[in-house]
Order: sequence, then C-alpha cells, then structure tokens
Amino acid sequence: MTLSLFEDRGTPLNQQRFTWRELAGKPISKLDDDAFSRVRVILMNGIESEALRFSHAAARFNLELRRPLAEIRRVEQHQATMVNWLLGADHSPLETTIGYEQVAIEVTAALAQNEPDPYLAQVYRFGLLEDFDHMYRYSALLDRLEGKDSNNILQSYTDVLPGRPTVVEHRSPENDLRRPFDRNTAAPLTKLNALTLTAAEHQTHDYYMNIGPLFADPVARQLYAEIASIEEQHVTQYESLLDPSQSLLENWLMHEAMEAYTYYSCLQQEANPRLKSLWERMLNYELGHFHLVSGLFQKHERRDPQEIVGERLPEPIKFESQREFVRATLASEVDLRAKGADIVGLEEEPQESIDYRNHMNSQGSPSETVAAGYVWRPGTEVLSRAHIRAA
Amino acid sequence: MPQSTDATRLGINRTGLQMSPQHAKEMLQTEDLLDDESSGAQSSPGDEQALALARQEYIAAADPLGSIPAPATLKGAAKTAAKMLTGRRSQVFIDKLAERLAFERGGARLYDAVCAKAIAPSGDLNKINVDELLEIRDAEARHALMVKECMETLGADPTAQTPCADLAGVESMGLLQAASDPRTTLAQSLHAALAAELIDNEGWDGLIVLARDMGQENMARRFEQALKEEREHLTKVRRWYTQLSKEMSELM
Repeated sequence: MTLSLFEDRGTPLNQQRFTWRELAGKPISKLDDDAFSRVRVILMNGIESEALRFSHAAARFNLELRRPLAEIRRVEQHQATMVNWLLGADHSPLETTIGYEQVAIEVTAALAQNEPDPYLAQVYRFGLLEDFDHMYRYSALLDRLEGKDSNNILQSYTDVLPGRPTVVEHRSPENDLRRPFDRNTAAPLTKLNALTLTAAEHQTHDYYMNIGPLFADPVARQLYAEIASIEEQHVTQYESLLDPSQSLLENWLMHEAMEAYTYYSCLQQEANPRLKSLWERMLNYELGHFHLVSGLFQKHERRDPQEIVGERLPEPIKFESQREFVRATLASEVDLRAKGADIVGLEEEPQESIDYRNHMNSQGSPSETVAAGYVWRPGTEVLSRAHIRAA
Repeated sequence: MPQSTDATRLGINRTGLQMSPQHAKEMLQTEDLLDDESSGAQSSPGDEQALALARQEYIAAADPLGSIPAPATLKGAAKTAAKMLTGRRSQVFIDKLAERLAFERGGARLYDAVCAKAIAPSGDLNKINVDELLEIRDAEARHALMVKECMETLGADPTAQTPCADLAGVESMGLLQAASDPRTTLAQSLHAALAAELIDNEGWDGLIVLARDMGQENMARRFEQALKEEREHLTKVRRWYTQLSKEMSELM
C-alpha cells in the first residue's frame, strides 16, 4: 500500500525550520555511497529548484497567493540547499555532470516504463536516447580532459555508449513541442511524471549553463554550450506535455504532490541511514506543504483536490539500473526523429530542423570532436595499449 | 576530522569494477555492442586527435589572459631603481613579482587550513608541532609583504592582479580544496602543502635569477633569504608528511 496524501498531514509549516549548520551538513561519500544515493540527491535538487522556479512565476500572476507562496518558498529554498550541499567537493564539475546524466538516463527510463499514456512514454524514450548520448560524450571529455573514468561515478549501473548522436539532436523549436496531456482525463501518475522530468531537465540545463564557462579547455566549453542547448530543447519538450489549462492552484497542488512523491520514492529505497532520515524529514515537510495548498485549492476553487491528484501516491519511482530497457530502446528507436508533436521515422524529419542544425554544426560539432572514435574502457583509454606509444 | 587511519581504512568503495561483478560484466560488453550494428550504438570515426586539432584552432585565435599594468607613477619610488626598469623584461619581472606575492599570500591561507587540521583532535597520531606550522604560515605572509615592498620600490602596483598572479590562483585551487575539506586528514593536507612548497622553492629560484638580470642586487639578496626559509619549510613539511604516513602504516 502506497502513501495516502490525505491521511498523513506531515510537518506543519511553522515547524519547518533549519539552521545554517544543517544546510551545510556532511556530504555523501563520492567513493563509498551508492551511485543511486547521488542520483536521488541530484534529482531532488532538481525537484526543489523547480518548486522555486514555479513559485516565483506564480507569484507574478497572483497577488492574493503571494504570501503563502513566499512562506512555502522559503522552506523550499532551504530544502534545495540542504539537498544540493550533500554533493562533496571532491566531485569535479565534470564528474558531477556524469551524475546528472545518470539521473537523466535512469530516471527517464524508469518513468518511461511506468507511464500509462503511450504517447508520453514514447516521448520519454525519445528524450532518453538523447541523454544517453550526452553521457557518452561527457565520458569522452572526462577521459580525454581529466584522465578519469566515468564509471567511477556510474558504478557500472549505466552503459557508456553512443545513443542518438548529439550532432543530430538539434531541432527547430516547433519540432520540440509535444502534445500536452488532458488535465481531465490524464492519470495522476502521468501528471507527476511530466512534472518530474521537466524539473530534472531544467536543473540540468541550468547546471550546464553555470559550469560551462568554468572550463578552460575550449572543447569542453563548446561541448557544454552544445549540450546545454539540447537540455533547453528537452525542457521545452517536457514542459509542453503539461496541460496549460491547469489553473495556477492546480499546478501548485501538483508540484507539491510531485515533491512528496519523489521524496517518498527516495525514502523507500535509500540504504544510507543518514540520507534516509533526511528524505523522511523532507517528505513530512512536503506533506505539510501539500495540505496547506490543498486548503487553498478548496477555498479558492471549491473543488476536491483528490480529483486532481488521486487518493494515494503511485508506486515509487524505481531507482535501479535500467540497462536492459535502455539497450532495447536504443536498438529499436535510435533513428526516430521529431516532426511537430509526433515522433517519426528518420526520413520524415522536417527540413527546418535539418537546416537549423546544419548551420549550427557548420563550424564543427563539439560532440563529434570530443568523442571521435571513443570507446569506453575500464580505467580510461589512456591505459589501453593502443593509446600508449612504444618507447 | 577523521582519524588518519580512518582515511585509509578498508571499506565498501564502490567506484571500481570489482565491486559489482555482474554489472561490471555488462559494462564490459561495450565493445561488442559497438561492433554489433543492430545495437543502435554507433561511434564516429577518428580518435583524440580531433580534440587536439580543435585546441590548436582556439590557441591560434586566443587572446592573452590580460596585461601587466604599467607603473602608474614613479612618485615615491626609488627613481634609480625605477629607471632601470624599462623595456619588456621589466614587465616580465613585475609579472613574476606579482605571481610570487599572490602565491605567498595564498600560501599563508593554505597554511591556515593546514593548521586547522593540526589543532583538531586526531587521536591516533603524534601531533606535529603547531607552533612550527604557524611559523611557516607567518613566514609566507612576511614574504608576501616583502615582495609588496619590492614592487612599490619599482613603482609597480602591488594591488593589481597580473596574468601570472592570476594563474598562481588557478594552479593552486586544487591544493586549497584538498586542505580545506574537513574530510581530509592532516597528512592529506600536508601533502597539498608539500606540493605548494615545491612550487614555491622553484618560484624563488627563478625570481632571484630575474632580479639579478634586472640589476636588482638588493632584492636578489632578500629573495635569497626567502628561498633559504622556503627550503627549511620544504624540509619540515616533507618530514612531517613522511612521519605521519609512516605512523599511519604502522597503525594499520
């Protein structure tokens, strides 16, 4: 039996407090903690960043809700900090990038399999193969720039192979817009999945935009510029799945439900006891937010929140290696392209997208340059005999 | 702070292939999948030379980090010394002086971080002499002050960040990260300090040669005194590091 959103009222907002010491607590161990603990940390930072982003946008459109938005947002800010500061400083920005792509691959693959709407599931598989390729390109960069093995981060859960080549992922904007779900007929899980992936991709985009200029190497700067552009396309894609006719409060309610759902998923599968208790505390905070927003929803819209989010949370997101699903998707769907809202065969790709990317790639392709002939090998390609010149 | 033996304990480090044999076996199918056309995974032709070529293109078109500020005024500066400082070589000298100033200043802060480890209870190891560590820290600060005075004598601006001073910060970023991380031990922090001392010794050596080339004999002598102190630092830090590492292995 999964968690009931309406029975457990969580921690009241006025008891949700932090200290600076708590916010900057002990980080996880890059070396000893399970890669999926890092996956959860990165995902939850993305979820909290989306909470802040949404809340600020909402405040610009509604005077009456500004105060409750500000009150909850203050807590979300500190939740985001507490979670994001769990990443240790021994991760180089590029190693953290590998972690981000592992989130994109493993979480998207898990959601693509539990998504009840076949169209959205197809969109997720489409995005999955692109993030899968980003992992390969960044792994090549990590090896060829820093001499490090991306599998130290991935812990063998995730393959390092080319997917849909990044060089052909560049599309004209109209071909990144998908059809939104229908708020009246979509399953709560469909709404939660679309919001979760929008949040995850948005933080990935923002992260690349922030750290890209930190690199000295020109090819690294180019690669971050190129992949940040795809992440922007992905945000456009996933965001367009959200039904724009949802009211502001309905949207807010779904955000709180999504935050509770994702923390609940983390709590169910976390092996590190310190993180487990943190996820539990955060879940209780989110349940507190959810109930507060439910009350506002009932008051302003005179509707039952259960109609929107259902009575119970769905089965938790599976945080585990999705290697077989990813490989099967790669083998059957790598050549798919986007035509308007539809996912189509290679030959049906609109000329606008081809023209757009031909120009973008006309002075060279960073993702091709960095990974030319790259094959992931344990311990980096530096150690492979072919790469060591005879004395 | 973790005890030094904690930092080298056996445990469930999950980064290597041996930790998860089944998953590792699947990871190692990479080359087979790339050879199998039906896998959907296709790598591009070429090798790491593509990256090397792209670097060359950027190097050819790159602007420098920035410039060395011309001495703004000779007022108050020893005019004779300043007069001798003309031409391109003098810019190099000012740039290297600013580099030394930046490095010594950063060095004082690096030792602040190392001192924090030295005074934290570590339990398992004999303490190193914190007073001696603090003396090194102060010596780095004194060296910075001395270089500042030398720059002023030449009419150069010691508050400006020159290209080599800028790079000194970039180069030592990792050393500071290593020493200031609360998870690293005193021995691990001293390893960072050891690297800094090796760089520092080389830095003073070069600066002495440059000062003599510029006819700044007085400065060269002051720099020689600094180098003598830096050599002592290097000896001490190396000894502490070796001693802690030895004690650690004996405790294991």
